[in-house]
Amino acid sequence: MFFDHANHPAPDIQHPTITMNPLYNYILKLADDTLIFGQRLGELTGQGPYLEEDIALTNIALDYLGQSNNLYKYAAQIQGQGKTEDDLAFLRLEKEYLNCQLSELPNGDYANTVLKVYFFSLYQKILYMILTKSSDEQLAAIAEKSLKEVKYHYTHTSTWIKMFAGGTEESQTRLKTAVENLWEYTAGMFAETEGETDLGHLGIAPNAQDLYENWKFLVAEDFRNFGMEIPEIEFMQKGSRTGYHTEYFGFILCELQYMQRTYPNCVW
Amino acid sequence: MNYLLELLSEIPDPEIPVINIVELGIVREAKMISDREAEIVITPTYSACPAMFNIEEDIIKLFKEKGITAKVITKISPIWTTDWITDEAREKLRVYGITPPEKGSHEDHLNIPKKCPRCGSENTRQISRFGSTLCKASYQCNDCLEPFDYFKCH
Repeated sequence: MFFDHANHPAPDIQHPTITMNPLYNYILKLADDTLIFGQRLGELTGQGPYLEEDIALTNIALDYLGQSNNLYKYAAQIQGQGKTEDDLAFLRLEKEYLNCQLSELPNGDYANTVLKVYFFSLYQKILYMILTKSSDEQLAAIAEKSLKEVKYHYTHTSTWIKMFAGGTEESQTRLKTAVENLWEYTAGMFAETEGETDLGHLGIAPNAQDLYENWKFLVAEDFRNFGMEIPEIEFMQKGSRTGYHTEYFGFILCELQYMQRTYPNCVW
Repeated sequence: MNYLLELLSEIPDPEIPVINIVELGIVREAKMISDREAEIVITPTYSACPAMFNIEEDIIKLFKEKGITAKVITKISPIWTTDWITDEAREKLRVYGITPPEKGSHEDHLNIPKKCPRCGSENTRQISRFGSTLCKASYQCNDCLEPFDYFKCH
């Protein structure tokens, strides 16, 4: 690949511009979630437990990447600095990513992967249902588009959780371990970005606390149907959506940004 | 059908070549904005459908051959739905071996048998909710035993 350095100087990532636009931050958090979740699930391509599920997980990963593409395009438009979806996805520093910590956790075993996608799908489902009514038209359109996809992910993963819960001793043990490992990261999905409360007042985004209560209620209801209970532990990991990440994030980001570093300015 | 739509009908869906992008409902608007310039509005099927990149390129290329500069605008709202697939295209899908999506239903449920595109039997089962592309699910006919793709409602 020929690269013309004179006409395409490397982006100045040493001095990132801090954008204080609350809507930009908010869109970015949604975009980063789906990008990182998609990248993580994509690791399983060709490694899934059996062919159909390998394809299913890859399909879900692809949906996530498509959603993040739509969101990054909109974020770039809001930012108005001539950046593209590629700049936002691939050229930011670790601390500038606002994704929830749940999205960056390793895949673990199959129960762990499916449970993680289940938690996230239910969150996305209720979030996007509310966002379809957002006073921000573009956000409402992206939400409506994505909602169809995440509903499908939710049905798929909840079907699996039900099977694990009603399955063998082995599947139940693995599911229980997955719940124990992931639960403390769930509140982080609802952590707010800077200025998010203001968006609530403008009818752009839902109230994060209400969303969390709604989500917890629905998980408890599902779990009851599956013959399970949600954990009683109160402790929740902090730091989601502030740029503070788990120890796993640096590695996944390195891999994600590899292509862009190797072939600067290659496009999505 | 106007000339522009006729022209656009020559472009097949990259993943399902028996149907074209007009009958798939991707093309929402096509108009000339000057003597040699056309504006085409397209709506993506799935957020991540890789075919969309090709489609945009195909439109620009085909119009260029006719001496027209095509400006392709992607609009996601109103969102694309399988209800926009024409009846003619549905039949083409079936003949090709893909059971077309049911109309008026946006949510797909488990355990609803789909008609086998080969033998017409409704004695079928779902193998996987996901298939070779984002738009399809995998089924098998219990009568003729052939596996087949089902175009998901969306």
